[in-house]
Amino acid sequence: MKKKNHPLLGIHSFLMMAFIYVPIIMIIIYSFNDTRLSGNWEGFTLDWYASLFENRHVMEALMNSLTVAVISTIVSTLLGTAAALSLRNLGRKGRTGMNGLLYLPVIIPDIIMGLSLLVLFSQLNIPLGKTTVIIAHITFSLSYVYVVVTARLSGMGKQLGEAAQDLGATPWQTFRYVTLPQIAPGIISGALIAFTLSLDDFMVSFFVAGPSSTTLPIYIYAQVKRGISPEINALCTLLILVSITLILLAQYILNRGNGQKKHKTLPI
Amino acid sequence: MRKSRFLLTPVLLWLCLFLIVPMLIVVGISFLSRDALGNIVFSFSLEGYKTFFDPLYLGIYWDTLVLSLLTTVICLLVSYPLAYYIAGASPRIQTWGLILITVPFWINFLIRTYAWVLLLRTQGVVNSLLLWMGWIDEPIQMLYTYGAVLLGMVYNFIPFMVLPIYVALEQMDKRLLDAASDLGASRWKAFRHITLPQSKSGIMTGAVLVYVSTSGMFVVTDILGGAKSSMISNIIQQQFLGARNWPFGAALSVIFVATSLVLILLFNRAMQARHQRVGEGR
Repeated sequence: MKKKNHPLLGIHSFLMMAFIYVPIIMIIIYSFNDTRLSGNWEGFTLDWYASLFENRHVMEALMNSLTVAVISTIVSTLLGTAAALSLRNLGRKGRTGMNGLLYLPVIIPDIIMGLSLLVLFSQLNIPLGKTTVIIAHITFSLSYVYVVVTARLSGMGKQLGEAAQDLGATPWQTFRYVTLPQIAPGIISGALIAFTLSLDDFMVSFFVAGPSSTTLPIYIYAQVKRGISPEINALCTLLILVSITLILLAQYILNRGNGQKKHKTLPI
Repeated sequence: MRKSRFLLTPVLLWLCLFLIVPMLIVVGISFLSRDALGNIVFSFSLEGYKTFFDPLYLGIYWDTLVLSLLTTVICLLVSYPLAYYIAGASPRIQTWGLILITVPFWINFLIRTYAWVLLLRTQGVVNSLLLWMGWIDEPIQMLYTYGAVLLGMVYNFIPFMVLPIYVALEQMDKRLLDAASDLGASRWKAFRHITLPQSKSGIMTGAVLVYVSTSGMFVVTDILGGAKSSMISNIIQQQFLGARNWPFGAALSVIFVATSLVLILLFNRAMQARHQRVGEGR
């Protein structure tokens, strides 16, 4: 658009950004505030961070979250990538159907996904625990991996692969030396997204986690319901930093892999 | 061909077992009943659906609808100008604007909701600030009110509205605007007859995203609304995790999904009808 934006629009946009970011920045500031209760600033401290690392419940939840995130990321990356690769060779009809199925976990409200998995596990007499959380996380993560890898695949033609096969490469060699290096940025950023989603998920985990498999978001929820505490500010600050770092990294890898063609936003 | 099927099977099995089958079971359970201990009894019953017509639950259902629609409308009103601004800004501002809008997606909504507890509570940031400035003499009760819930919802879902609208505005053919101004249309007229209709798909996507997310979000009412307010999603959650009335919870879930689908369909229809009318008018 050549016409310049109206100044009022600029002010509105600035206020909106402030509206979005001030609350988040408040958490970060208050995580360094040397008071347990008051809303006033009482001086700088790192005590709340220190006490986090001494808190057995926090450390346990952290370990649970990391275990779940690592395993679900590996499995969902494998499944999502396999789906993206095989769908490319599918006929038009099969592809549309499978595409719909793979998008389903993105569209279905988390609450429905959570409760239906709870029902399934209870009908199959599977006790709720880390395994059930991992299964749930794989189910929603694999779609995101699929979306990212597919976007990457659609950006590259089939010519290189065909050329390799014409030159006598076996299907495995073609995959290993031609396709894989090309889609690697997609796979890596898909994995990073899966990891972040798993680390951040509350809704689905809430339904399928057992007493022994409390993850960080579930721990935060329980604490927040009891009221505010400076330790939670510190924990939230750390989680914010980790999520944003991972996502920016994913975006960076995807952009660099794409050369000049820039992905403006991550698929969501 | 054979290779691709071999690769596809695990995903297909996984999604059937952990996505499709569970949802079908939920639909099935909604037509069953339960015994005194909360165990499911395998005989056909409409008990779950009948319970829904209790005035208490009908009221909550209505409140959920109103809250979700209100959130959607407010999100649209505040997000459209922002999306419009970003789409019309210089490339540098566009890039930064987009990054700033996308980042909240990746901050846990639990944390974003909690931030408002920090701000709104009696000894919170806002009250402290107002007291300090002398605008009020004693703290105002802001947390655990309807306003707080609405604010929390709008806050959480603004990015869901901004991004699709931005994408629609960005893809628009800008030469149309030049043509309009060459032909003497005012900026408002050009906006009304070109920009707005062209961004309809973005509005549509954003509205659906915000509506569906809001109505399923029991955490915001839980944290910012306290015990007083609840939505259908709160009731569903309680039925499955607390009260153990699964047939009722399942029936509510079916009603919840059906309502969303019907609204999306109606909305889609309305948009298309408007579009046709505009087309004929030209």
